[in-house]
Amino acid sequence: MRDPPRRGRVDASGAILALFGAALCLLVLLPVGWLVVFAFSDRKGHPTLANFRVLFTDNSFVDPLVTALGLAVSVSVICCLVAAPMGYIVARTDMPLRRAVRLLVMASFVTPPFLGAIAWELLAAPNSGLLNQLYRGATGAGPDFALFDIYTFKGLVFVVSCYTFPYVFVLVANALERIPADLEDASSMLGGGAAWTARRVTIPLALPALLAGALVAFLQTMTLFGSPAILALPAGFHTITTKIWSLFQYPPKPELAAAASLPLLLLTVGLLRAQAKILGRRGYAVVGGKSGIVRPVPLGGWKWLALALCLAVLCLSVFLPYAALFNAAFSRIPSQPLTLATFTLSHFRFVFQELSAPRLAIRNTFYLGLSAATCGTLLALVVASLTARGEALGTRALSFLATAPIAIPGITLGVGLFLAYTRGPVVLYGTLWILLLAYVTIELPAAYQQLQAAFRGVSSELEEASRVLGASRLATLRRVTAPILGPTLMATWCFIFVAVVRELSAAVILFTSETKPLSVLIFDLNESGDLAAISVLGLTMLVLTAGILVAANRIPGFTGGVRFRRF
Amino acid sequence: MRRHRVTRRQVLQGLGAAALTLPLLGRKAWGAAPAVSKVTPGLIESAKKEGQAVWYTAVDLPVAERLGKAFEAKYPGIPVRVERSGGERIFQRISQEYGSNIHAVDVVNSSDAAHFIVWKREGMLTPYVPEDVALHYPKEQQDPDGQFASWRVWLCVIGYNTKLVKQEEAPKSFKDLLDPRWSGKIVKGHPGYSGTILTATFQIARDVGWDYFEKLSKQKVMQVQSSADPPKKLALGERAIMADGNEYNLFQLKEKGDPVEIVYPTEGTPLIVGPTGVLKAAPHPNAARLFQSYLFSSEAQKLMVDFGGLRSFHALVKDKEGRKPLKEIKLMKDDPAAVEKQAEEIKAKYTSYFKV
Repeated sequence: MRDPPRRGRVDASGAILALFGAALCLLVLLPVGWLVVFAFSDRKGHPTLANFRVLFTDNSFVDPLVTALGLAVSVSVICCLVAAPMGYIVARTDMPLRRAVRLLVMASFVTPPFLGAIAWELLAAPNSGLLNQLYRGATGAGPDFALFDIYTFKGLVFVVSCYTFPYVFVLVANALERIPADLEDASSMLGGGAAWTARRVTIPLALPALLAGALVAFLQTMTLFGSPAILALPAGFHTITTKIWSLFQYPPKPELAAAASLPLLLLTVGLLRAQAKILGRRGYAVVGGKSGIVRPVPLGGWKWLALALCLAVLCLSVFLPYAALFNAAFSRIPSQPLTLATFTLSHFRFVFQELSAPRLAIRNTFYLGLSAATCGTLLALVVASLTARGEALGTRALSFLATAPIAIPGITLGVGLFLAYTRGPVVLYGTLWILLLAYVTIELPAAYQQLQAAFRGVSSELEEASRVLGASRLATLRRVTAPILGPTLMATWCFIFVAVVRELSAAVILFTSETKPLSVLIFDLNESGDLAAISVLGLTMLVLTAGILVAANRIPGFTGGVRFRRF
Repeated sequence: MRRHRVTRRQVLQGLGAAALTLPLLGRKAWGAAPAVSKVTPGLIESAKKEGQAVWYTAVDLPVAERLGKAFEAKYPGIPVRVERSGGERIFQRISQEYGSNIHAVDVVNSSDAAHFIVWKREGMLTPYVPEDVALHYPKEQQDPDGQFASWRVWLCVIGYNTKLVKQEEAPKSFKDLLDPRWSGKIVKGHPGYSGTILTATFQIARDVGWDYFEKLSKQKVMQVQSSADPPKKLALGERAIMADGNEYNLFQLKEKGDPVEIVYPTEGTPLIVGPTGVLKAAPHPNAARLFQSYLFSSEAQKLMVDFGGLRSFHALVKDKEGRKPLKEIKLMKDDPAAVEKQAEEIKAKYTSYFKV
C-alpha cells in the first residue's frame, strides 16, 4: 500500500522506526558484533582466519555440524508429517475432544525439551528404562535385550521431535482456523467436492504456515542445546551446540565458539530468504473486512481413528513422559515402578526442605518469564506493524534485525552478550538484566514471525480505512490492528513465557549463582544424576507454568473469544 | 601439603613430593605459622549480621545441603546457599565471575586440589586457620600459609551392580574393564566436569598408561559428567559396571541396601583430596570464616563421614564400621602440582579418545 497524504498531523512513526531500530541494534548487533570480532581473532586479539581453518578441517568440528544438520532435517520432516494432519484434524474437523487435544499439545509445548529428554531417559534408557523393563518382563527377553535405546541418534531425533512438533502444530492449526469458509464455500458452489476443496483451497492457504513451521522446527533443533547434551553426550557424540558449549570448559575458547556459530547464521539467513521468496509470489490475505465462518468437516466414523492418532502422539510427548516423571518423583529409585512398597515422599522433602537453590531459581525464572514475555511481545508488535506494511529500506533492515537472532544458537548469543556486558560502560553480567536481554533477543524472531504472519493474514483494507479517516499509523495500530490481533498477541506472550521457562542454552553461559534459573538448576542436577529431584522440580515447574498460562488467557480482550470474524 | 598418612612408604613419598612442590605453594614455606582462629561470640554476631554464607562446592548435593542445614541449625539466621557443580565447572565458574569482578562466593571446596594452587597463586584466598585444623589435622594436610586445608578425602573406585554381575565375575582391575564382555555395560564420569575424574585420570594415566583409556574408549562407554553420577547409574541398573566414580556415593547406596559393590583395583586406587578455603573477596567474610570453622569441626566431619560416606583427616573422627580403612587399600599417589600443569593436556587427550 501507499501512505495516504498527511493532513497536518505529525506521524511519529519515523521517530518510532529510528528508536526501535536503535534498540534492535543494541539487542542484536552488539553481541553479534563481538562474536564476529572474536571469530576473526586469536587468543591475543590479533586478526586471523585460523579459527575457520580449524572449523572446516578438524573432524571434531565437522562431525558435530553434520550431525546437527541431519538431526534438524529429520526432526523438521517428522514434525511436519505429524503436526500438519493433527493441526488439520483439530482445526477443521468434528473430531471429539478437539479442545482437549489442543490443550495437551500445549502441555507438550510447555514441557522444556531437556525435561522431556530426561523423562525419556527414565522411559527408554536401554537397561533401566521403564518401557524396556516392562517389555523384558512381558516377553521374558534376556537382561541385555533393549527394545529402545534413547542414547542414540535415532533416540535423539525422536525426543527432539516430541517437543518440537507443537511449533508446527500451532502455526498450521492457527492458519487453518483463519481461513474463512466463504473461500471454501465458493469452491464447493463451483462444484468442488470436500477433498477437492481441501486440496485446492484449504491446503494451499495453509501451506505458508506449514513452511514456516518446518523452518522454525529446523532452526529450533539446530540451535537446541539441552536434549543433545542429555542424550548425545552419554552416547559419545556431539551436535554443534554441545560442541560450542564444550569450548567453554576451562580454559575457554570463545574465538572458536564464535567462529563455529557464524556458519549457522549464514545458513539461517539463506533459509529465511528462500522462505520469503516462496511466500512473496502469492497473496495470502485471508482475514478481510468481510468475513466467513469456519465450518468443521464431518469425519463420520473416521473421527475415532483421528482421535486415536492424536492420542498416540500425545502419549509419546505428554502422557508417558509425565507418568515417568511422576513415578520418579514418588518412587524410592527412579527406575523402580511405583508401588506401595517403593512409595516415598523423601524426594519432595529433599527438594523443598533441604535444597537451598529451588526457591531462588523458581523466582528468577518467573520474574524473567513475565518480563521477557511482556517486553518481547511489545517489541515484536511494533516491529511487525512497522515492517508488515512498509516497503522502505529501513523497515527491511528492521525486519532483518528482528529475525537475525533465530540463527544464533542461544549458547553463542549468551557468549556474545557475555562479551558485550562484562566490560564497560554497562556491566550487566551477574544481574537478571543480562538474562532478560538474552531471552528477549532469542525469542524476538519467533514472536516477530508470529505477529508478522498475523499482520500478513489481516488484509490491509481495515488499516487503510483507518488511515483514510485520518488516524496516524500508531493510532491505527492501537485502535484497529492490535484489537484484531488480540488473541495472537496473547498467544505470542504465552509463547515467549513458555520459551523462557524452556530456555537453557544462553542461560547456561550467563547465569551466576544468584541469577540461576530453574532450567540451569535442572541441568545441573542432571549432570550429577539426581533424577528424582529433577522430577519433583519438573512437575512443580509444569504446574506453575500452567497456572500462569491459564491466568493470562483469562485477561479480557485477549482471549480466544475475540475472533477476527467479528470485525 | 596434602599427603595422606597411610603407610610409611606413603609418608616418605609424600614428604618427597612435598619438598618438590613446596616452592609452588608458598614463598614463605614453613616460616611464620599463620594465626589460629577460634569461633568467638563476636564472630558469630558479625556472621549473623551478614545473614548468609555462599558455598561453592563439588561434594555431592545431598551431602552439601545436609551440611548447610546442620550449620544453619547450629547458627540460626545464617543459611548456607550451596552452589554445587563439578570441580572443573566450579573452577571455570569462579574464573568467569572473578573475571567480571563478581565476588559471590564465600567458601570454596573443589574435588581437584590443583585448583587451590592456582587460586593461591592468584591471591584469591585469605589465610584462615580454624582451631580444629591447627589442633587435629596433620600438618601436611594444611597449606603452610593457612589459606586452605584438606577438608575431605575419598577414592575414585570401580563399582558394579550386584544384580547384574556376580561377585566372582566382577572386574578386579582397570585392565579387566577392557574385556570385550563389558562392552556397552560401562558408565564413567568426565574429566572436563569432575575434579575427581580429572585427578583420577591423571593418576591412572601415570600408573597404568594412556593406552588403557584408548582401549576403554572402544568399549561403548556411557559417558556421564559428575563422578557422583556413575554410582547412581549403577543403582538404577542402567549400567552393570562403573569405570570410575565416587567411593562415597557407593558407600551411601550400599548402606541403604542398593545392589552396588565397590572394587579397589589391583593397580591401585586413585586418591582424591578436596581442600576448602575462604575467599579474600568473600561478600560475607565473617559468615565465611564461621562456616569454614564449622566445616572442619569434628561435628561436621562426622556428619560428612557417617552420612556422606567420605573420609576425614580429623584426628578425632573415625571411619564408620564396615567400611574398608584406607590403610588396607593400595592407593595411587596424588600430585596436585602435576595435575595443575597437565590439566589442559589431560582433558584434550581424553576428548581425543572418547569424542566428547
